[in-house]
Amino acid sequence: MLQQAFNGLVGGAFYALLALGLSVIFGMLGVVNFAHGAFYMLGAFTSYVLLDSYGVNFWAALVVVPVALGVVGIVLERLFIRRLTPLDPLYNFLFTFGLTLILQDLVKREYGVQSQPYPRPSALSGTLDLGLFTYPAYQVFVLGVSVLVCLLVWFVLVRTRVGMVVRAATERPELTRALGIDVGRWVTPVFGFGIALAGLAGVLAAPMRAVNPLMGADLIIVVFAVVVIGGLGSLFGSVAAGFTIGLVSALGNYYVPALSQTLVFILMAAVLLWRPAGLFGREEAL
Amino acid sequence: MILRLLAGSARGRLLLAIGLFLALALPWMIYPPIAMDIACWALFAVSVDLLLGFTGLLSFGHAAFWGSSAYVSGLLAVHVGLPFPVAVLGGALFAAVIAVPIGYLAVRLSGIYFAMVTLAFAQMIYFIANQWRDVTGGENGLQGIPREMFGVDLSDSFVFYYVGLPIVLLGLLLAWRIVRSPFGRVLVSIRDNPSRARALGYPVDRYRLLSFVLSAFLAGLAGGLFAISHGFASLQEVYWTTSGNAVMMVVLGGIGTLWGGVIGAALVVQLNDYLSTSEFDGIGIVTGSIFIVIVLVFRKGIWGTARDLLAPRLKRKRPGGAKSPGDDPAPAPAPDVNAPA
Repeated sequence: MLQQAFNGLVGGAFYALLALGLSVIFGMLGVVNFAHGAFYMLGAFTSYVLLDSYGVNFWAALVVVPVALGVVGIVLERLFIRRLTPLDPLYNFLFTFGLTLILQDLVKREYGVQSQPYPRPSALSGTLDLGLFTYPAYQVFVLGVSVLVCLLVWFVLVRTRVGMVVRAATERPELTRALGIDVGRWVTPVFGFGIALAGLAGVLAAPMRAVNPLMGADLIIVVFAVVVIGGLGSLFGSVAAGFTIGLVSALGNYYVPALSQTLVFILMAAVLLWRPAGLFGREEAL
Repeated sequence: MILRLLAGSARGRLLLAIGLFLALALPWMIYPPIAMDIACWALFAVSVDLLLGFTGLLSFGHAAFWGSSAYVSGLLAVHVGLPFPVAVLGGALFAAVIAVPIGYLAVRLSGIYFAMVTLAFAQMIYFIANQWRDVTGGENGLQGIPREMFGVDLSDSFVFYYVGLPIVLLGLLLAWRIVRSPFGRVLVSIRDNPSRARALGYPVDRYRLLSFVLSAFLAGLAGGLFAISHGFASLQEVYWTTSGNAVMMVVLGGIGTLWGGVIGAALVVQLNDYLSTSEFDGIGIVTGSIFIVIVLVFRKGIWGTARDLLAPRLKRKRPGGAKSPGDDPAPAPAPDVNAPA
């Protein structure tokens, strides 16, 4: 039981990282990034290729891959996303959907659909004794990194001037602009940062999940449901919902295996019925 | 709009005649099963445009209705032995029924959230279809759907096209009637300004829900016929790429043009057929690129562009305020400030 709960939290760690990136981007740009799952997949694949062809180990990949994908995100925002943000948000959604198809099939053409192996880093290959049960060290590490990153983002957002600007621009862009703050300057870095988070989740996923071209596509739809549950545009809500949904679906899987894949959508339906704006969303954000 | 032309003017009747002629001549020009695919996808795309172009809601989960009807039509034909038009009708009704709870929840959100929620619910239907192996056949799909009616064997694709086409044409006629009706005008007013429509006393959510259910019914008609035509229903039918394909046909043809979706379907089906028979392995790279190019530089779509080119010559008065998302450059629509609690 406890072990199931822990599994759930580890799964939730991925939801939280991805939902956080989606929410940051959505808040700042009003863009729902369908390609978020594709960047998660690219994160995992890039670390696989780096290790397999260039011998770059996990620890280096953990830093290099998110930074590289962040740069890709920045270029993408400058070249394309920016042109579409003044239009109806559905155009950017469709743009990133098209991008997802391209990225997915490019990787599929190169490496096929079968899963690629990625060994756990040797320092984390053992198990940890957590008192009540033993648990793979790597999973504990993943959970730790995710919590740390979420706390770090929270710290930056709440305690620094940069964070204040971003938070203000996320929640009330027009008002922030009216107060004389150049919101536009922060748009590109924030987009890159969101993509970097997806890349980080991908690197973390490589040693414990199947690395294949389709790993991101199905996950991202679940993350959409997580974001809707957590509250549209609420960063805290996304992270909280990420961990909660991970926990609840693992326990649900334990007690009612038949529901394992559908539980998150049933929860989404319940939240929509009860609070359409999500658990932590504001009504006016709709 | 073009619909007005269709009803009255000589040019409209000419277009209608050309369209009907093409629909009837299609299996002579191309491989008949592909012709049937085009007809099915055309109705599917029109059902998506009914929501996107005329109600202002992007459903990114219409595969749920197309696919669930494919399964239910197939099951009715396999296990009950119903004649195929009845099986297809049964599938479409099933799609309309599951659209009620999904739509009820989804219309509480608008804009891009609506797309996310419909996508998520469609994925739920996909997981259910995947898990419920006894009924749906899981990854093998539902196989051996008979293609017959009252004991008459319709396995010849050429014959089946002409027996199946009336279903598609009736579906298109229904869509056209919906758009032309007073109900359709209310939908357009909701698309353009939900707050004002609500202030005028229209129950906006109920209209959106009804439009969603009607659209699901049409998608179901198309999906059921598609399954009968192929003789099987697979998980592909409920997968998110299928929803994406239908949206792409609409955007390519022109959002809010209704018939644009038919053109989009004809092009995309033929392209997919060409790519899957060629050596090139990577349909997603081509379709994804097309998606990106349309969204970046060709947002009016084919029908929308043609309409605008013809407009001055026809000296047509545009009905006031009928702006579709395809009418660029339009400012981002005002957020729906009074979404219901």
